[in-house]
Parts: sequence; C-alpha cells; structure tokens
Amino acid sequence: MEVELLSRLRNGDEEAFVTLVARYQQPMLRLARSIVSNQAVAEEAVQDAWMGVVRGIDRFEGRSSFRTWVFRILVNRARTAGSREPVGAPIEALHTVDPARFDGRGQWADPIERWVDESEDRLDAATWLPILRAALDDLPPRQRQVVMLRDVEGLSNDETCAVLGISAGNQRILLHRGRTRLREVLEAKMEKD
Amino acid sequence: MLSLRGKDIVCQQAVELVTDYLEGSLSRRDRRRFEAHLRECPNCAAYLEQIRMTIELAGAIEPEDLTAEARQDLVDLYRRWRSEKHRPPGASTTDGGPLDERNQDGR
Repeated sequence: MEVELLSRLRNGDEEAFVTLVARYQQPMLRLARSIVSNQAVAEEAVQDAWMGVVRGIDRFEGRSSFRTWVFRILVNRARTAGSREPVGAPIEALHTVDPARFDGRGQWADPIERWVDESEDRLDAATWLPILRAALDDLPPRQRQVVMLRDVEGLSNDETCAVLGISAGNQRILLHRGRTRLREVLEAKMEKD
Repeated sequence: MLSLRGKDIVCQQAVELVTDYLEGSLSRRDRRRFEAHLRECPNCAAYLEQIRMTIELAGAIEPEDLTAEARQDLVDLYRRWRSEKHRPPGASTTDGGPLDERNQDGR
C-alpha cells in the first residue's frame, strides 16, 4: 500500500502526501528532537525533510525502504540544522546493570521478580505505555535514536545503521544500554506498586 | 552441570550479553554458554523475559495524533512546493541537497 501511496505522491497527489505525513510526522519529530536541542529547530528540520522527500521522490528507487530513506533525509537535515552532539561523538556514559545488584561472585544479590503471572506473556499497555514513553524520552539522545528506530519503529539493524550513519557495533551497544535502562525504569515502577 | 567452572558465565556477565543474544550476534560458543546459564538461572531467565516485554511494549508506542495545525502547515508547504515545481523551466528543482539514495551517506 505504501508503493501505491508513493506513486500517487510522484503524481502530485496531495492526499497521498497528507497520509504519509500523518504516518511519519511524529516519529520524525521525535527523532529530530533527539538530534537538535530545541523544538522549533526540530520542527523546521522535519518540514525541511518533507520538502526533501517531495523533491526527491522521483529519484527514490525503492532500494531502501521508504521509511529508511525518509529518516535518513531527516537525520541529515537535522544534523545540518544544528547538531548538539558531533557525529561520531563517543558513546554516552556507560550504562549497564547496576553492579550493586550483584554479589561478590557476580550473581544476583536478590531474586528477579517476575512481572506477570505465568498465564500472561505481556504487560498491560494502558498502564505501562505512558511510563515507557517517558523513560524513552529521558534516554541519552543516541540511545533514544537507536531504541526508537529499532523497537518503536521496527527498523532492522541495517536500516538503523544506515539512517544514523553508525556501525553495527555501535548500534548494538546503544541499543543494549537503552533497553537496559528502559527495563530498569519499568522494574522500579513495578516495585513501587 | 559438570562443565568447568571457568567456562561458565555469571549473572553479571549474562545480562550484558542479552542484546547480542537477541540480535543473534553472539559467537556460537558464547550463545551456548549464555543459554546454559539461562537454563540454570531463573533470575537471568526472568531478566531476559523482562527485556523481551520491554521491547514488545516499546513496539506498542503509537505516534500521537498530529495536531490539525501541524498538518495544515505541511499541506501549505506542499502546495507551495507544487506551485514552485510548475514554474517555467530554468527554476531549479534539484537543489534540495543530497537526496539521491546513493548520496545519503548519513554522516
């Protein structure tokens, strides 16, 4: 269905444009926001990226997914617009599981509580989504970018590397730290309730 | 298990292998050690399950709806672009930066 939308966009169909905007605008804003330091600049970068999309659509050959292509344009625009972190900056402060959780032999000091009963295999979205969303927004920018593209948007690791221009190794490290942190936030909330 | 202690991994190591494990990027040997550890360690098994739930929950985040204004801004922009596009020849439409897929180096 996206193929059809794209061919309509090539023909200057405004409705197709609106549909694509509705689908991608928020993820794009979120991504832009993790690259530039203020909302106005982020919004401008997103607008800019959309113009890049409509101008470049004839040259988009579908060798990457549309989503990857759009995000990549956006990342380029946002970085040009005012990057708050130089590309290739060192990976943010180490975040692994808190060493205090382990005893002297490297084993868990306290048991890990299960989050759900045996009968369920997922968390209740209505309760936990807002918490997760807030935790995602609090991640350091590079971790947030990777987790967003991988886990929220569902891009593959190759696509994510292409969008952000990072190596597979870096991508995995950022993803690991981001996921580790998100789990930790959820766990802390579970224990409180 | 009768395997040599020195070859076993401990919990603190196992949790740092979780992402590489899920990404399928562990060596076969490390994957075996990781899985062996999980079989014996309910805590790390529960930890892995929590990471999986976290990922699944992240996948359920929906983009918030666009405000009407934001959408209208973009539609206006699009219309402007389209009218530009139909300007007489000579007006450049290909100066939008590195838009070719091959040139999207992302750096």
